[in-house]
Amino acid sequence: MTIPKTLFQKLWDLHSVGKRKDGKEIIYIDRHVIHELHVPHAFARLKKSNRAIRRKDLTVIVQDHTVPTILGVELISDHIRITRLFAEKYNLKLIDVNSKDHGIVHIVSSEQGYALPGFTLACPDSHASTVGALGCLAFACGTSELEHVLATQTIVLDKPKQMKVNFVGELNKGVTAKDLALYLISKHGVAKGDGYVVEFCGEIIDSMKVEERMTLCNMSIEWGCKSSLIAPDDKVLYWIKDNLEIFNDDEKLKLASWWDTLRSDENAIYDQEIEINCSKISPQITWGTDPSQTINIDDVVPYNSDKNILGYSKNLKSLEYMGIQEGKSLLNLKVDFVFIGSCSNSRLNDLRDAAKIIQGKTISKHVKAIVVPGSTQIKQQAEKEGIDQIFLKAGFEWRNPGCSMCAGANGDVGNVGERIISTSNRNFENRQGRGVRTHLTSPVAAAAIALSGYICDVREFI
Amino acid sequence: MKSFTILKSIVAPLVEDDINTDQIIPSEYLKDIHADLKFGLFAYQRRDPNGISQKSFVLEKEEFLNANILLTGKNFGCGSSREHAVWALQEFGFQCIIAKSFSELFKNNCLKNGILTIELQEDIFIELEREITGNFEVKYLTVDLPKQALFNDEGTVICNFNIDLNTKLILMEGIDEIDMTLKEIDSVSLWESKNDFNMLLQKPIAKFSN
Repeated sequence: MTIPKTLFQKLWDLHSVGKRKDGKEIIYIDRHVIHELHVPHAFARLKKSNRAIRRKDLTVIVQDHTVPTILGVELISDHIRITRLFAEKYNLKLIDVNSKDHGIVHIVSSEQGYALPGFTLACPDSHASTVGALGCLAFACGTSELEHVLATQTIVLDKPKQMKVNFVGELNKGVTAKDLALYLISKHGVAKGDGYVVEFCGEIIDSMKVEERMTLCNMSIEWGCKSSLIAPDDKVLYWIKDNLEIFNDDEKLKLASWWDTLRSDENAIYDQEIEINCSKISPQITWGTDPSQTINIDDVVPYNSDKNILGYSKNLKSLEYMGIQEGKSLLNLKVDFVFIGSCSNSRLNDLRDAAKIIQGKTISKHVKAIVVPGSTQIKQQAEKEGIDQIFLKAGFEWRNPGCSMCAGANGDVGNVGERIISTSNRNFENRQGRGVRTHLTSPVAAAAIALSGYICDVREFI
Repeated sequence: MKSFTILKSIVAPLVEDDINTDQIIPSEYLKDIHADLKFGLFAYQRRDPNGISQKSFVLEKEEFLNANILLTGKNFGCGSSREHAVWALQEFGFQCIIAKSFSELFKNNCLKNGILTIELQEDIFIELEREITGNFEVKYLTVDLPKQALFNDEGTVICNFNIDLNTKLILMEGIDEIDMTLKEIDSVSLWESKNDFNMLLQKPIAKFSN
């Protein structure tokens, strides 16, 4: 009898090249997708060490972190400029600003067929596992590791542990994939997933759109996971069907029959299993300065004296930074800025859902609000559907794609003391500008708050 | 890569949990490729918005300016994969970080830059913290990687620490990990040409060939 395997184990075994001298496992990387923030350092080092790129044909560079998003602005960062030079020098595929395929690296990977079920992918960004939603095993790496992939087309790892997260129950009104991610992190803490590859499953996952699954997988690094996966189903196969041009019919058949096997075997053993009952979850909002500091929108900020609350020792500092009080509701707090975007929530379904909330309405006079679509393709499709007009008429700015205010590396940041509702994935202190107070929510909640001008419950708008 | 064996230094205590990479190096310092990362390290905690030094912050205190060892809490380095966080710590002078735990991505980035990360159990950590911060005088700590031990000023062992044997070897010999993998590159070639299916996985995505 063969031993039942998890999906992760199957992909790990398939891509294992062997063990290195130090006992770590060498894993083959099928696709290497790089962004410009790491290019100058990594390529300068590659050049210095006189190493060759092993598989240029499996490597793509996308410009996203430092890209200007204001329409008509052509400011070119050093990173973009140097990335162009290196791409040319090394003869590498570059998806440059203003190209029709341009966008945030993880979104581009899922749109252009770089991320495919069962394939491995490396990307020098902590949100690499966004494409785990397609059943693609993605690893986030740093600059040195990027250089390692360029030189060897592998990464070298101790085998991660495995965790299964099972989502059961039913989704309540106004609750999205983002809310599930925030709820999960608030219940289990920011380090629960450290050392694990997580597989999300359960009836809730089955019923989710592929894009929603990407939001969930995107947030897995926020609780420390090495990577995350969802077994590919028909929805995923439909999602990728137009991205298989590089394969001939024979190869497509081969892949299809393989993809059919890409799920965990019954009775496969995980190192840990968690069950989340979604029926208990309301729309979520972060109150503090890490994603675990999250509450139901209708709850109060936890009392600091409650030592049972995860991370309570940090709470005082977070409360002070955020300018809020323990035991109080966040409802009716005045908001200055609303950001809908990032690799977490800037896909077509996010924009469509948010547009439904604001259709025919206008945002509060004291709020500045921007929408930054995740890619040019998303932007153009949204424009075709008239979504841009809904946002523009409501008073939002409609921007060009990029990472924008998620990382602030392109200069899109807020001002000291401003309260920002953001659909991105990190509410760290100063992340969106020095002294800026970030609350993470879903796109629908962010849209509702933009209308109200004050923190409110999205369910009143549905 | 520089090798790591024995390090004697004062210790900068910054014992907080979940210190993230945005705190270590704000994105403002990533925008400019020539940015002074040493200056950017914990920039917002070291200086107020007007650039005034915050003397209450440990790294702005005179006595810690030459510290090569950082003492910190749980889940240090969580957040993004930006290796600039490691470089900034390195440029400030840190060669060793002792914590209750690390984010995995950050720990890997440290190893690849020759920085020793030491994880200590809570009770041992508290003992060390007491030894370092007690009596209000700056004290030297000796990190002995070959012996896997920490020594105080008097040369007495405070505690031992665990480290994976291979990690120890990589650090002590200053081995470059890429060179280490390149020694096994034949097995990578073998994998690449093993069968049609493996070749299918490597179907070129880019228009350029090698």
